[in-house]
Amino acid sequence: MPAMKKWLLALAGVFALTFGLAACSGDSSESGSGDGTAEAELIQNNDANGDVKLTIGSKNFTEQIVLGEIYAQALEAAGYEVKTDLNLGSETVALQSLEADEISGYPEYISTALTSFFGKDPEAVPGDPEEGASQVNAEASKKGLVALAPTPFSSANAVGLLSERAEELGVEKISDLEGVSEELALYGSPECRQRIDCLLGLQENYGLDFKSFTPVDIGLRYEVLDKGQADVSILFTTDANLGASDKYTTLEDDLGVLPSGNVVFMTKETTIEEAGPDYPATIELVQGGLTEEVMQELSARVDLDKEKPADVASAYLQDAGYTE
Amino acid sequence: MSILESLPQTLALFGPFTDAFDFVVSGREAQTGGVQVGGPGQVLDLATTQLEVTLLALTVAIVLALPLGLALGHFGRGEFLAVSIGNGGRAIPELALIALMAAAIGVGMVNLVVALAILGIPPILTNAYVGIRQVDRSVVEAARGMGMGNLATILRVELPLAVPLVMGGIRTSAINIVATATIAPLAGILTLGDFIIARNVYGDTGVLAGAVLVALMALTIEATLAAVQWGLTPRALKSGRAT
Repeated sequence: MPAMKKWLLALAGVFALTFGLAACSGDSSESGSGDGTAEAELIQNNDANGDVKLTIGSKNFTEQIVLGEIYAQALEAAGYEVKTDLNLGSETVALQSLEADEISGYPEYISTALTSFFGKDPEAVPGDPEEGASQVNAEASKKGLVALAPTPFSSANAVGLLSERAEELGVEKISDLEGVSEELALYGSPECRQRIDCLLGLQENYGLDFKSFTPVDIGLRYEVLDKGQADVSILFTTDANLGASDKYTTLEDDLGVLPSGNVVFMTKETTIEEAGPDYPATIELVQGGLTEEVMQELSARVDLDKEKPADVASAYLQDAGYTE
Repeated sequence: MSILESLPQTLALFGPFTDAFDFVVSGREAQTGGVQVGGPGQVLDLATTQLEVTLLALTVAIVLALPLGLALGHFGRGEFLAVSIGNGGRAIPELALIALMAAAIGVGMVNLVVALAILGIPPILTNAYVGIRQVDRSVVEAARGMGMGNLATILRVELPLAVPLVMGGIRTSAINIVATATIAPLAGILTLGDFIIARNVYGDTGVLAGAVLVALMALTIEATLAAVQWGLTPRALKSGRAT
């Protein structure tokens, strides 16, 4: 079996190379049609990577699973032997798996890494993703961990409401809610109540005083708006529903209370040494096209169109020109 | 290893419980910073809601399932119905039910109580049915012979004799409901489950405290219902069981 597998891989490599060269010489203009990353670079299969086994992890919700698939398929295209474990629970579980070498790496949000792993106060999380990533690295290196470059998109909490309601109230920024929040019912996840990047921040920094706060499962964050129970609901900037239609509006966080949630790929120093430079380079390459709009669309295809995350990921890689 | 050597390790096992105790009696700063959480005020508040939700759902479940179970048992019909509801009802995932109903009636108390009542119905229904069926037929015949109608037979003969099984169903149902009421914060109602669900806020200490508190509440309810059962069981049945 292993011999057979190697042979197949080699064949796949030859294929990838042939088609890769064809693509480079020929129709590079066409690859831009997908997601606006026209200058995307095709991943080159490196035979030297064939002996390296990697396990890519992710937490167990759509955005993370799609990210995990994108990274895994890209690394496969680069010649690595890749397995996935895309159903890790909370960040604590994910970090434990990484430290125990059960996974080679997984995508983590900068703010989560800083607050949950390294005990930073949420107020202290920098708004700039580069600065955030270097702060993560400063702490992570003490544990032999590395955070790669941050993604273009930021997945953060957002204050959202039905677009017609927003028009009616005449609000565009969160600070516009001052004076009207007393009439508005806010819904959010149970933990939102005591979080500075959620209700607590809206109260303390914006001085808002909502009529009520009701905790709900995050899976119901749009349902409560549709149902008219919530005037305002805590959404995520990369939500599928936001990209799919104009039905919902998110308010601009003009005071910067909701910290940026760019993603960094967390891995181990030793894993990078073993896997070689293609490993971090491939990951940083393929996340280049992941803007908020693209991430919304990818999530929408999984959540709303019920496509498989693996198919959505491979379509992204092809459309953006990273793979053939 | 001597007992003395292993003492620190043994004590360390209790560490989390000591922290959980502190969480309940004096509270702590939220994991996410900024506010004080836990403490007797919040615990009492959440526990009261949990108890309210539980009693409400249990009442609804009893009102719906007990008469049906008694009737089915008395007339000896609908075994298929009683068993199917009994088995099928246990397989329904509560959270899915809440999400499903959220689209129709929104989240909140009604949604939650309906979901929990549906969880509570199966054991009550099945046990009431079985409880009535297992009453000695000759006793029922005797009741008939004395001129008792259906209702009188159920209430004065069959139900008293079936108390241990009927109450067993209600007790199981109550435990199921009180334990599952921890998901209420996902449906807009804050119960002790908040400590468990919002781990990011309360930390592992809060999760443990929440779990222990819910377990204590379940035990209290169980003990109370056991006492009720003792009070309702006919004296003859009690002495019979005792020997």
